[in-house]
Order: sequence, then structure tokens, then C-alpha cells
Amino acid sequence: MSRVLGGLIDRNKPIQFQFNGKTYGGFAGDTLASALLANDVRLMGRSFKYHRPRGPLTAGSEEPNALVTLGTGVYAEPNARATVAELYEGLSARSQNHIGSLSFDLMAINDVLSPFFAAGFYYKTFMWPKAFWEKLYEPVIRHAAGLGKLSGLPDPDAYEKGYLHCDLLIIGAGPAGLAAALTAGRAGADVILADEDFELGGRLNSETYALGDQSGSAWAIGVLAELASLPNVRVMARTTIYGAFDHGIFGALEQNIGGKVRQTLWRIYTKRSLLCAGATERPIAFANNDRPGIMLGSALRSYANRWAALPARDIAIFTNNDEGHRTARDLRALGANITAVIDSRLDAPKSTDYPIHAGAVVTDSAGRLGLRSVTVQLATGETRQIAAGALGVSGGWNPNLHLTCHQRGRPIWNADLASFVPNTAPVGMLVAGAANGQMTAVLADGMDKALQIMTDLGIVAKAISLPVAEETPVRLTPLFHVPGKGRAWLDQQNDVTVKDVKLAHQEGYISVEHLKRYTTLGMATDQGKTSNIGGLAVMAEMTGKSIPDTGTTIFRPPYTPVSIAAFAGRSAGRDFRPTRLTPSHHWAAEQGAVFVEVGMWLRAQWFPRAGETTWRQSVDREVLATRKSVGICDVTTLGKIDVQGRDAARFLDRVYANGFAKLAVGKVRYGLMLREDGMVMDDGTTARLAEDHFITTTTTANAVSVFRHMEFCRQCLWPDLDVQLMSITESWAQYSVAGPNARALLQRIVDAEHDISNNAFPYMACGQITVCGGLRARLFRISFSGELAFEIAVPTRYGDALMRRMVEVGAEFDAVVYGTEALGVMRIEKGHVAGNELNGTTTALTLGMGAMVSKSKDSIGAVLSTREGMTAPDGLALVGFRPVNPSDSFAAGSHLMAKHGAVNAANDQGYVTSLCYSPHLGHVIGLGLIKNGAARHGEVMRAVNPVQNTETLVEVVSPHFIDPKGERLRA
Amino acid sequence: MIINHPLLGPRDAAEFVYLGDANLMARPDWQAENAADLFYEYLYLRDNPAGLHRELWYHEQGDRSWLVVTRNTVTHEITDVTLARAQRQVQS
Repeated sequence: MSRVLGGLIDRNKPIQFQFNGKTYGGFAGDTLASALLANDVRLMGRSFKYHRPRGPLTAGSEEPNALVTLGTGVYAEPNARATVAELYEGLSARSQNHIGSLSFDLMAINDVLSPFFAAGFYYKTFMWPKAFWEKLYEPVIRHAAGLGKLSGLPDPDAYEKGYLHCDLLIIGAGPAGLAAALTAGRAGADVILADEDFELGGRLNSETYALGDQSGSAWAIGVLAELASLPNVRVMARTTIYGAFDHGIFGALEQNIGGKVRQTLWRIYTKRSLLCAGATERPIAFANNDRPGIMLGSALRSYANRWAALPARDIAIFTNNDEGHRTARDLRALGANITAVIDSRLDAPKSTDYPIHAGAVVTDSAGRLGLRSVTVQLATGETRQIAAGALGVSGGWNPNLHLTCHQRGRPIWNADLASFVPNTAPVGMLVAGAANGQMTAVLADGMDKALQIMTDLGIVAKAISLPVAEETPVRLTPLFHVPGKGRAWLDQQNDVTVKDVKLAHQEGYISVEHLKRYTTLGMATDQGKTSNIGGLAVMAEMTGKSIPDTGTTIFRPPYTPVSIAAFAGRSAGRDFRPTRLTPSHHWAAEQGAVFVEVGMWLRAQWFPRAGETTWRQSVDREVLATRKSVGICDVTTLGKIDVQGRDAARFLDRVYANGFAKLAVGKVRYGLMLREDGMVMDDGTTARLAEDHFITTTTTANAVSVFRHMEFCRQCLWPDLDVQLMSITESWAQYSVAGPNARALLQRIVDAEHDISNNAFPYMACGQITVCGGLRARLFRISFSGELAFEIAVPTRYGDALMRRMVEVGAEFDAVVYGTEALGVMRIEKGHVAGNELNGTTTALTLGMGAMVSKSKDSIGAVLSTREGMTAPDGLALVGFRPVNPSDSFAAGSHLMAKHGAVNAANDQGYVTSLCYSPHLGHVIGLGLIKNGAARHGEVMRAVNPVQNTETLVEVVSPHFIDPKGERLRA
Repeated sequence: MIINHPLLGPRDAAEFVYLGDANLMARPDWQAENAADLFYEYLYLRDNPAGLHRELWYHEQGDRSWLVVTRNTVTHEITDVTLARAQRQVQS
């Protein structure tokens, strides 16, 4: 075992875990990567395209290589970064993207075939013969490329959402963040301190620099203990701030360990924010720089200092700055054999503890499944092989400025650091410490920025005493890649090499945005955190421009991947949206009703009875029984809007195409609502209960949008009108009672003092009544079925009781309860339009209601409904269809063609909108829209269904299949 | 986004429904001689400014107020929020 002394792991808590079926030991505080390295496992995965053996490059969330699948079966989580996966007892992890074993991957043949997979290969395959793409490339690529696989089974875990508010959100609990949190926390501000790590402290936990008289990590523990004691400070570990959104809103993803909820997606509302996200070290590219064991120098220090893990005994360092020497000192102190420090600078520091090669570069590496040696070109030009099981590469630091870019912020180039630093940040955000390019005095920077923010918020704050930090300034000579022959990896996750970038340039991709998309550099799940600058540098070299002139890196949310499950939260499956139940839903369920989703509502579709084996049998029975005697239907879901005020009638006059001013109290009228462009928006009935009181109904589907539209008209167009609106859809349960015995049934429940005879309560009457001995109710004599019919409404809580009572008293008349299918059949038989006809493309004229659009008053849509084209005489018009041969059927959606002639779009005469089997007529009937429809009754046409390749001869008829004179409804 | 509702204070944009340009409040006179042209322009012709934009938002998950929100389409900064009905009454 390569476990050394020290570290922040808890050696009193050993943990057993599995990797690729083999059991290993680790400790609490380990990550999967640190525990595997401590077990001498460097090989953790295969690369995306070439299936190259790979180990961790980093020790953090920027990891491109060490992607594994955590857990098994339904709990399997693919593409987890081993470098941040907290170790727990029983963890079972598997490597990904190989066929056969990890050490002998059959797909490694791709590496040999690499000339075929160079930059743009994917695009180029599109240009080759189509058959090749479908039969060869696509299946092969789909199979070979890619990352881990989902189980394909429903996710058993719970995901939660939460909302938080604070004065100050501090992003990152490293030295700057901790100093800031302590400053603001002591001042009494509401502070949230969030960090993606499970162990807070940032680089303090990975470095050996002292803070005053104690270690950095010990100082962090002390500060965290004080923060935990402050009720106004909320410390959130394992919480990634993944996005900075408008107006100080941040998205955060919290990993929960061991609880019922796997992840919590937080929305954090802040007055101010302070980004203390630190910096990410970047590699230097050289040939075969991707072997397991080659990692960032800072990652080597993290593994050694924080996790007491050395990936190998013999370790070499490759650096362009002083950090590499610090790595060598730290590792040597823990017992590593430093075989060489290769410093690209001629003025490299000197040491007697290990060999230092100034002005030298690493040009190649060797070792099939893990690093064995590196090839070094010395300043003299001579090359030398140096043994190393691990190589720590230090190319400089890139500030983690990602969140400053989320609101169009563009970073600027800092020549001293040879990296981009923040320029502008979202409103309310300051940046402190390494994230701001401030590599020394970060504690003071964190405190100062917090003090500045407190002053801004009007909170009195005092400076805190900070320990003196041992630190050295950055001294760096930029080096991004070592020129040479072999493949030098820039983006290890997407397998993009220096050569790929050069090839893209040769092929004309000189814009950095095009380069990215062509080579896919920086477009993997790590979003190029370790590769973007290198890619830009190579591009700059090719174009002869400076890096800032070549382009900037720009980052968008999320900072690290967020699972779709977290965004969905509990809104999955049945809970994707609310389900609305009508008051008599449970009664219907007791009857065995089959339900259908209508918007958010569940409505009874039909009520099967014993012996009925098909839905048609049930529906035919419900229709025939209703037309013969009486049927009851739950119509609660229709939108109901209460309109009150002195100007209520004037308001309705303007909202509806037809007039309401003259509607008498106690009467109902059908209303047609247009959009301002003249198309039909919705229809419904409006009842006048009093001079200044109307009840308007909408279709179920448009209840919300019509109400919104009416509020728009009221507030934005005519605020001078005295009118108030209230949605009462959920306040009243409403039932249609239809059929020749509808009145007789209702007379059994309507209290005796209310006369509902035909004389006293004629067709289109309405009134406020009482039922069942004093229960207030509203009665409307309206009909959708074409029968003598009423709609009766009672307060919602009595809906269930009323339904049961009506069924009870209806037994005498063999009353049936019918669902939405029978409702639909009866409205088609009657020729009433519904959603299929009110489809957003139809006008009043189309639907045969052109005369309803009043020309003598102002109403929404009236002016534009007169436009040329909407009033053309050969426009579509509503008609009915019946098959010439009564046993034939045809499909809704069929297009109508003349009896003879070609079937094509030019000959298209219109289409079938609604269709049903009419048990009353004994054959299929349809409604539809055809050109010049009113003049074509009697014509025989073909209903053509090109999808199913069928044609049916149909006769154009009146859309009113029953009782065209309306005698039944007036009975 | 946060919209500072004149009656209810700061509210998350998720509570609102967006409609569009606040010029939709300036509905033309239906009896004007060129009413058809005026309505055509009212309904279909819009400015698309990169900068300040007056627009209508409806507090559907709240008090049902229609608001006129002045928002910078480049930065999303909101500089003014008023009740549509109040603004409309001032104009008329």
C-alpha cells in the first residue's frame, strides 16, 4: 500500500469498497480516487474516443478522466468523477467505456485507427455515402464512443427542491471564503457558505503552508466551528453553486449522504455574493501525456497531504513555475523518491535534495497501463529516460471565474499569471482570492471584500484578526505544450490533441468558437476546465496572435453537471403536474369508470357495465339511454368565470363577438370569443343572474387562458369599466342532465317552490334555486347533446352528494351516467363544435357563425375578422359527412378530395375534424371543414387517409345529424 | 428573475406569465377610418429593442395583476414596475 503518514483521513474508520469486483480498503475522508491510488490502482477508465488507459488527472471536480459508475442496478450512477466521489462502506464502483476488462479493452483498436478519428471525423462521415452512415458509422460510433450507461430503470431515489434567502452567499470555503464568512458572520449578516467538497477548507487541506502557528487545515477547522455556532450562518458542504442567474439568484445542487433524499436542488436568493472558488491548475501538453500516473502537481500534493496517498514511489515533476518545486518538497517529505524536477525555465530554483533539470522539457512517456518513465529533453538538447510511476505537471493556475461569465461577463488576460481573470461579474457579485487572480494574501482579500459588502448592505462589521500566511508569489514562464511528433493531449475527456487543433486550423477553422465545435475541445462534461486555455494557446501559436486576441473562454451554467432528476425534483411520473379531481370523482371510480386526462383533470370517459367487453358497447348504451330517457354527466371541469359590476354587460359585449347588453336577467346566451386576429379563441355560455352579475363558461382546455385574457382586457384595455372577475371553476360542481326525462328527474330534487316547467323555465333560462331541501344551486337550461337538457350547479362540497342523489332518483327513469365519449358522440350528432373545430385556425365564418360577429359594437377580433382572405367565399366551412356505404368508416384527420382526380395537396378540399359512430343513426358520422362547404351538401367526395392508404366515399351533409330544427331542446 | 410587484414586493418571475410588448395596451379605435390598418400594426408590428423594453407580465400565481415591467433586454435589469391598470388610467 502506498499510504503514507498524516493526512485528513480518519484512520479509526476503515471502509471496505469494491472497484471492478475487487475489494479494497480505504478510510473515512477518502474519495474513491484517493483510496484507489492508496491501493496502487492508477488505471481507472478508458478514454472516450481512443479507449486509451486513463487515471485521474486531478483531485477535484474538474476531472476529465477518472469517470466511473457508482452503485449497481437501479442505483447505478454513471459518469461520476472518482476524484470527488466520497468513499462509503460498501461502495461498489465500475470503470466505463471498455469491452472486455479495463486492462484489456477490445475497443483499444480505436487508438491504432486514430488517423480515421481525427478532428471533424464525425462531420466528415456525413459527407460520405448515406448508406455508409446508416449501416456502418452510426452503429459503430454509437457503440464505441460514450461514457457510462444508465440502468434504463425508473430512478428509485427522491430528489427535493428548496429555496433559501440570504444577505451574502459565499461560494467556496477555501481560505478567502472562510475569512469572508467569519467577517460577515460575526457582523450578524445572514450568510450562506457553500462548497462542493465534503471537507471544507479548499486548498488549506492540501497544502503544507502554515497559517500562524498552526496548519491551514487546523485553522479551517477552528473557523468552521465558530461558523457553526453562529445562528445567522448556514454552512453547506457537498453543495455546488452551479449557476449565477438574474437578480442575485443562484442555483445550487446539494448531495445528501445517507438520507432519503439523494440530491436537493436549491434556489438561493441573495442580496450580495462573493465568489471564492479558487483556481484550477492546468497541465502542459506533451506526447503521450495521458498515461495513468501523470497528473497535476497540485493533485499530487492533495493526494499526498490530504489523503496520505502516493500513487507511486518514484515521482518526477514537470513544471514551468515554482509550484513544481513545492510539490517535490512536499512529496519528498512524505517519503517519495523524486527522480527529477524538469523545469522548463533556465533560471529554475536549485536544490540538493533531488535532481533538477533547468530549461528541460518532457517530450514523451512510456508504460502500457500506467506510467513507467518519461523522456526528457535537457537544455543541452540531449534526451534522457527518467524512471517515474507518477509525474506531477504544473502549467500555472486558471482562476475559477466560471460564475462571473454566467451573465455575459467576459474575462480579461493577465500576463503575469498567463491566464484569464474576471473583468466584470453579475450585479451584486464580488470575487476574492485565487478566483480573482489574487494568489497571495487571500485571507485578507476575503475579509476586505466581505467588509466592503457589509458596508454596502448597511451592516456594521469589524475587521477580524487573521493569521500570518506562509506563501510565495507566483513566478511562471508560460508553456502550454511541448512541440514534438506524438499525440499530445489537450482535452483528455474528449480525446482532442494538439494535432487536432492544428488540423482544424489548416481546414480553415480560425474562429475559436468554430474550433471548439469542430474538434469538440472543451465540450465534454468537464467543460474544458483543464483544457480550454491550452487549446487557445495552440490556436494562438498557429495564427501568430496573442492568446487574448485569439479569443476568451466563456462559461455557461452548470459549473459541473446537474442530473435531470435533480431539475425534475418530485415532478416526475404522476406528479409531473397536479392532477385535478372533480367532486364526484370518487363516486365515478366506485362505478368502475374509465378515466381520461383532460388538461390537468381526470374525467370519466365511460362507465363500463357487466357484460360489456368493448368501450363502444358502453358508449353506445350511454348515448341511446340518454336520448331515450335521461343521462347525467359531470361537467364541472368547464371553466366558470363570475363577472360582476355596473359595466359587466358592456365588458362582455367587448370580449365576445356577439352581444350581451340586451340579454335579459334569467337568460343564457351562447358566446363566441375571438382573438384579436379574428380567429376563434373559445366558446361558452353566459348566464345573466342579475343586471350586474353574469356567469360565463369556457371550454375545459382554455379555462386558464380565457381567464387570463379577460383579465388582460379588464386591466390593460378598459380599466375604466366597473367590472370584477373571479374564477369559480372550483367553487361549483356542475352536472348536465339531458334527455326527454331530464325535467322529470330534476323535479325530484329541485325544491317545490321553484317551477321548472317549460313555461316557467324555457329553453335558455337560468336561475338561482334550491335543491334537496334548501341547498342553494344554479340551474341553466342549456344543451350540448341536443336533448331537453339542464346544467345544475351546487357548491363543490355537495357535488358528490348531488351525484348520488340524482342517480338514486334517476333509477325510476333508467337514468344513466355518461362520460366524455358519449358527450362527444352526442355533440357530433348535434353538430356542435368543440376543441377539434376550435383549433386556432378557424374563424366564425368557417364554423357557420359569421353572422354572430357584431359589426355595430367594438369587440376583440371584430376588425381583423373582416380581413381579405378570412372572408373569402371559397373559405373552409363546417359540414357533416356520412359514408356512402353505411358500413364504411373513415378516420378523423382524413383529407377530402373530389370524387375523381389525383390525390395531392393542390386538390385538397379540406379535412375531417371529428368522427364517431352514431348509435342513433347506425353508422359513422363526421364533422369537418371543406372549401365552400355550405354549397356542397349532397356532393360525394373521397375521404383520403394517405397514412393508412385508405379512401372512403362520403357524402357531404348538414352538420346537424339529429333534430336540426331544435325541437327536442325546447320540449 | 425577480419582479418587484408594486403591491406585493419582490416576487420570483416563475409566478408570472409573460405576454409581450406593453404597446398591446394601446388598442386602436375600432371606428377609425383606417381601423383595419391600425389593428394590423397594433397586433403584428413590434419593436425589438436591445435595451429598455416595456412589457406586460401577469401575476397568474399571485394576485392576477397585469404589470408593465420596464426591462433591459441586454442585462435583464428591471428599472420600473407599475400596475397596468394604473398606467392605463393615467394615459386616458
